[in-house]
Amino acid sequence: MFDLNFLLSGDYRDWLVSGLLLSLQLMGITLLLALPLACGVAMLRLAPSRLLNGLGAAYVELIRNVPLLAHFLFWYFGAPELLPETWKERLYAGNIEAASAIAALTLYTAAYMAEDIRSGIRAIPAQQFEAGRALGFSFLATMRLCIVPQALRLAAPPLLSQTLTLWQNTSIATVIGVAELMYQTQRVEAASFRSVEAFVFASAAYLAVSLLIAGLAAVLQRKVS
Amino acid sequence: MLELLHDYWLYFLVGRYPEGPLGGLALTVVLASLALVLSLPFGLLLGLARLSPWRLLRWPVAALIHVVRGIPLLLVIFWAYFFLPSITGHESGQFGTMLAALVIFDGIYLAEIVRAGVQAVPTGQVEAARSLGLNYLDSMRSVVLPQALRHMLPSLVNQFVSTIKETSLGYIIGLAEVSFIASQVNGLVLTKPVQVYALLGMTYFVLCFSLSRAAFWLERRQARLLKAAA
Repeated sequence: MFDLNFLLSGDYRDWLVSGLLLSLQLMGITLLLALPLACGVAMLRLAPSRLLNGLGAAYVELIRNVPLLAHFLFWYFGAPELLPETWKERLYAGNIEAASAIAALTLYTAAYMAEDIRSGIRAIPAQQFEAGRALGFSFLATMRLCIVPQALRLAAPPLLSQTLTLWQNTSIATVIGVAELMYQTQRVEAASFRSVEAFVFASAAYLAVSLLIAGLAAVLQRKVS
Repeated sequence: MLELLHDYWLYFLVGRYPEGPLGGLALTVVLASLALVLSLPFGLLLGLARLSPWRLLRWPVAALIHVVRGIPLLLVIFWAYFFLPSITGHESGQFGTMLAALVIFDGIYLAEIVRAGVQAVPTGQVEAARSLGLNYLDSMRSVVLPQALRHMLPSLVNQFVSTIKETSLGYIIGLAEVSFIASQVNGLVLTKPVQVYALLGMTYFVLCFSLSRAAFWLERRQARLLKAAA
């Protein structure tokens, strides 16, 4: 018999709620770190130097053409080995799963967001840039004061849909044992043998947050256009 | 890293084949290709249903698309793992589960590509076809879709890149595709996780980057052709 109620009390509820909260935290922290990184990469790709353009393009292509799962595996199993001993000890003493997950998610999300921001910047008429330069601003100052604020408004809807993808991508962190929603769902399933109920809960939770973000994107899209 | 390649390249490429089932990079490519080929007709049907003039068809499909796009692929895989045996009557195994999940998930995303492709065809084309006496389905089939498919080609190649990346999630249900095999190699070697996973990343990169370059090239050619036609 389908019985969702038993998930909504006691231990199982606590597990699921803590998973949902951790997933939301992963999304929030990743967003905070990925947005400035993405702005930086977009800047590189538009900078007046071929070397810097190449660096930006290499970052985007290297990250985007490798599955997120492989990023997780690398940042969890591989990368810590490269650190000096003392750092490694400190890392293993802390929450290494969450740290690796945030590293992987941030780098991955930033590669996609950089492209959204770049096309936002390119949609700003070149005269805006020329006007900024003509007023005596440097390249960076023109970008910061004149171009980026306008570009971010244009890029907001695609950035939100990238956030939607990020929200779903947090689920993959379960492979390295981060106790987010997907992980807790599997844990509840294993403990209670109630697969359908556990999956219904997880699907509803993911869907609810997704619809919230999609709704926000729709509102923003209307405001921009 | 060279030592690693020397010892494990065959295992990495085909898994335990021919002594066991096919695995490794070969399985990744087979799974992604099958998923794309099978999800194409599914996506086409869904996309057309979403554009159809009949509300009774359009609304449920729109709802389905919104729901599936709202949940992670990982959950679709778990649903498939759980429900497929009760539908087909026998255990579907990791490959069947993964394929089913990918076909559903990619079909949904393809539906949106189809919709965009069809909407990019000028409405004058539909009107012309209708005024020639073709009914809705015929005008779709012989006038709109052939043009839309050409627009969609670059997106389709990109979708194939996504599908290749998505097959890596088979790792979670123990499918012996290339990520899973890499982890097994890592377990055998134990001391070289950096090299093993860097190699895995490079493998995916070579595969996906060449494909996404192809998509880029197609897109540019498309734009040139359109400009020449205008």
